[in-house]
Amino acid sequence: MAINPYKRKPLKVLATLAGIFVVLAGLLVGSNVWGSGSYAPKLGLDLEGGTQIVLQPKLVGDQKVTAEQLDQARGIIVQRIDSNGVSGAEVTTRGGENIVVSMPGEPSKQDEDAIRRSSQMQFRGVLAEAPGTNQPVPTGTTSGTTTGKPTGTATGSATGTPKPSATASASTTGAGSAVPQAFVRSTTPPPTPAATKPSGTATTSAPNTGSSAPKDPNDLAWITPEISQQFQALDCAKPGVLDGLVNDPKKPLVTCGDNGNKYVLGPVIVGGDQIKNAQAGYQPLSNGQPSSTVEIQLSFKGEGTKAYADASKRMVSLPTPQNQMAAVLDNQVIVAPYFQSAILDGNASITGSFTIESARDLANQLKFGALPISFTLQTREQISPTLGTEQLRMGVIAGLVGLLLVGIYSLIQYRALGLVTLASIAIAGILTYLTITILGWSHNYRLDMAGVTGLVVAIGVTADSFIVYFERIRDEVREGRPLRAAVETGWRRARRTILVADGVNFLAAVVLYFLASSGVRGFAFTLGLTTLIDILIVFLFTHPLVGLLAETKFFGGGHKWSGLSPERLGAKVSPRYVGRGRFAAPAVSMAKGGAR
Amino acid sequence: MINFAQLGNDLYTGKRSIGFIRNRKRWYLISGVLTLIALVGLLVFKLNLGLEFTGGSEFRVAAGNQSTSSYESRATDAVHTVVATQDANVTKLGASTIRVQTEQLNDAQSADVRQALATEFKVPVTNVNANFIGPSWGASVSQQALRALIVFLVLTMIVMAIYFRTWKMALAALAAMIHDMVITVGIYALTGFEVSPATMIGFLTVLGYSLYDTVVVFDKVRENTQEAFAGKRVTYAQAVNQTVVRSINTTVVALLPTLAVLLVGFATIGPGTLLDLSLVLFIGMAVGAYSSIFIATPLLVTLRAKEPAVVALDKAAERYQQRHGAPTSHDIAPGVEHDDEGGVVTSDGDAAGDTGREKVATAVRTAAPARETHRYASSGPRNQPKRPPKSRR
Repeated sequence: MAINPYKRKPLKVLATLAGIFVVLAGLLVGSNVWGSGSYAPKLGLDLEGGTQIVLQPKLVGDQKVTAEQLDQARGIIVQRIDSNGVSGAEVTTRGGENIVVSMPGEPSKQDEDAIRRSSQMQFRGVLAEAPGTNQPVPTGTTSGTTTGKPTGTATGSATGTPKPSATASASTTGAGSAVPQAFVRSTTPPPTPAATKPSGTATTSAPNTGSSAPKDPNDLAWITPEISQQFQALDCAKPGVLDGLVNDPKKPLVTCGDNGNKYVLGPVIVGGDQIKNAQAGYQPLSNGQPSSTVEIQLSFKGEGTKAYADASKRMVSLPTPQNQMAAVLDNQVIVAPYFQSAILDGNASITGSFTIESARDLANQLKFGALPISFTLQTREQISPTLGTEQLRMGVIAGLVGLLLVGIYSLIQYRALGLVTLASIAIAGILTYLTITILGWSHNYRLDMAGVTGLVVAIGVTADSFIVYFERIRDEVREGRPLRAAVETGWRRARRTILVADGVNFLAAVVLYFLASSGVRGFAFTLGLTTLIDILIVFLFTHPLVGLLAETKFFGGGHKWSGLSPERLGAKVSPRYVGRGRFAAPAVSMAKGGAR
Repeated sequence: MINFAQLGNDLYTGKRSIGFIRNRKRWYLISGVLTLIALVGLLVFKLNLGLEFTGGSEFRVAAGNQSTSSYESRATDAVHTVVATQDANVTKLGASTIRVQTEQLNDAQSADVRQALATEFKVPVTNVNANFIGPSWGASVSQQALRALIVFLVLTMIVMAIYFRTWKMALAALAAMIHDMVITVGIYALTGFEVSPATMIGFLTVLGYSLYDTVVVFDKVRENTQEAFAGKRVTYAQAVNQTVVRSINTTVVALLPTLAVLLVGFATIGPGTLLDLSLVLFIGMAVGAYSSIFIATPLLVTLRAKEPAVVALDKAAERYQQRHGAPTSHDIAPGVEHDDEGGVVTSDGDAAGDTGREKVATAVRTAAPARETHRYASSGPRNQPKRPPKSRR
């Protein structure tokens, strides 16, 4: 049977909607079968409870945590949590020294670490590198202890060969573990000024006060006897060896690397606060295809770009290991690649032993900056919901009552057309359920009480757009248009209104989502979601449905219960041109209805 | 029950008109007074910010083996014995620790609450530890939200100015929105309801809704005025008047679910997030709907009244109406072909009890009655005399 051509388009559109439904439902079922999804939407902290983590600042020595530091740390933790989706976690400070994070659900160990990790990223030039554990290196020369590292740095050479420019040349002999007194004595004068006044040195070369002071961050003169002693003593195999390390960006740092080597690093060349953006991904091969190596792409702010460029220009010509730039994260060297050419555009890439997940976590942490202090986990407890199931149940009941009221009202106002409203809202409800549940799985979207109320309110706003549409159709019917024409003209006009009004709402959602944090973000997400669903439903369901109904006798014929009867609407009565030079008399047109 | 269909018809045809443009001075006055009261309330009484904004006191009761059943009400009661008006936020941590958060208490009160909680849960006072907690919705969150809001408003103004092709609509919408916000927030200040993060979300929803509703109303205004400028038959204000039915309908429908939440919240569970939220939403959305019709639209008319184009239109329309009588739906309504005999006949039957047969078609305005269809026109081209076939001749 041939389909009425007027029904073809609406049917096609409805099929599209059905397709969307099938895809979403498939996604939901798939997430349940193969993933960790569930069929119920995830609930927020106030409705479901969750986990409360108390973080205690890790203080070295007699350090004190200040209120500003704590506040700053809180802000960064909030950002980190926000970057993992819309979970609606609550972060507060307690007693002026602890940070309390309450989050819904059960955060994994990794989540927890990601939250409390300091993530202090620094770029420092490598001054010396050696295997991490102290082998019983005999005295003597630089020979014996070359490591397995491809760069081929010898232990001895690291400490033992000061830069020619640095004063004491005598110390060349003092290689190896036994740092001779001579070396100490000869280099004692320079370190003091170097260590105390290096403010300018971190980024560019220091004013050359004396021939002995380190000229730039890569100057081997940074290696004072104390440093070299520290370096000798450091055993990276011992657990917790870095715990007491004090990281002063203006001084050299002796530390271990992820690869098991230990390093002497110059002062910070580019600090973590200079990171503009960080992104995890796979390193592209020369042909542009992604390889399996995970990298973190960093871009620096203006100052950082300049410092990095200057340093790379300087370092590219230096001998190994001094041409290596170490990326230091929380005092530990992640990777220390050497420069093949100067990097001037302020984009660096770090590769290391990352998985793609850990790289993403780290990129997020880098982006939002380092915590001023690192934290240890003090307690971790279950937390009960503040509102409980009663409020949720009432919220749902209220939603149903609201739906009922809207239904009754639109039935009175629009007669049978009110049923279209109800059907549309029902479809919108199913669509909302599907998206929320799927988003709960993919983006950790959680419904809190404000979200539930927001959804109830959305019923009204969604119904608003139907009314805009129906009123337009009625206006057209009042003008004396037959229903089919009225639906088309009315739709063209209503569509604009719906689009621009929803557009404003969507704009609000997007702006608030990207610029605000925590609770406001959750709201913005809900608002954007319901707005999109509203548009989707009006375009893909309500309009085609009304289009189909206009073809029926009941609606198209303007039955008095259809809500579109011309008499009831006081339609304009005027002769209508019906073709072939004929006009239909008003009375006739009404009696027969305006379908054809 | 008002028959909106009938009212709609009347408003549509211009038979009945609500003077919300004509009496706009009155609406301005009402809103002005309300806004003033709200502002005074805001300045004098201040907002009662919840502990999420200000920080507060926290008590942790390690109940040990003692029963923690119905811990919520017991803890709340214990707090009430000390400070009667103090709301408490009670949660359970782990298996047997009860956390009670209140607004910041002074040392004496804090000690009393500790004592009360200890007695209530039958544990030694040392098992109850008190602490100060910082705000979870700190100043930085509010600042960020405010910044986002300003960005959004500027963007919206630009979008609206471009879409409606006049910055005056954007301005009127902004004015209406600020009006809504001030009144809603003012009611919170005056009544002393606690402002929680949920309420903040409610304020934001109100703000979004206020703009949404204004845009919906204005779009209709745009259509009608476009027609008015083209047709030169109705004044600017008359063109605007027709938008009211749809506004009433959209408003009622948007308010109904909120009303439901409010009633359910009020009737069954009493104070709590649900009630807080529905209250702010109901008040805000009601004010928002009111302002779209009674403030934004009249304001637009006021703003544009001095424009040369509008002045010219009003003059032309007046001349036309003197000649042809009051405007009709045909003049106001957009998208209609303008033939010169634009008469309108309205069916004036009681639509609710309408049986369909007894419709009394009265010509409302007889200035230009409906043209009757000529009998030849209803039957098509006139039949030409046919020549009979030869055999018949």
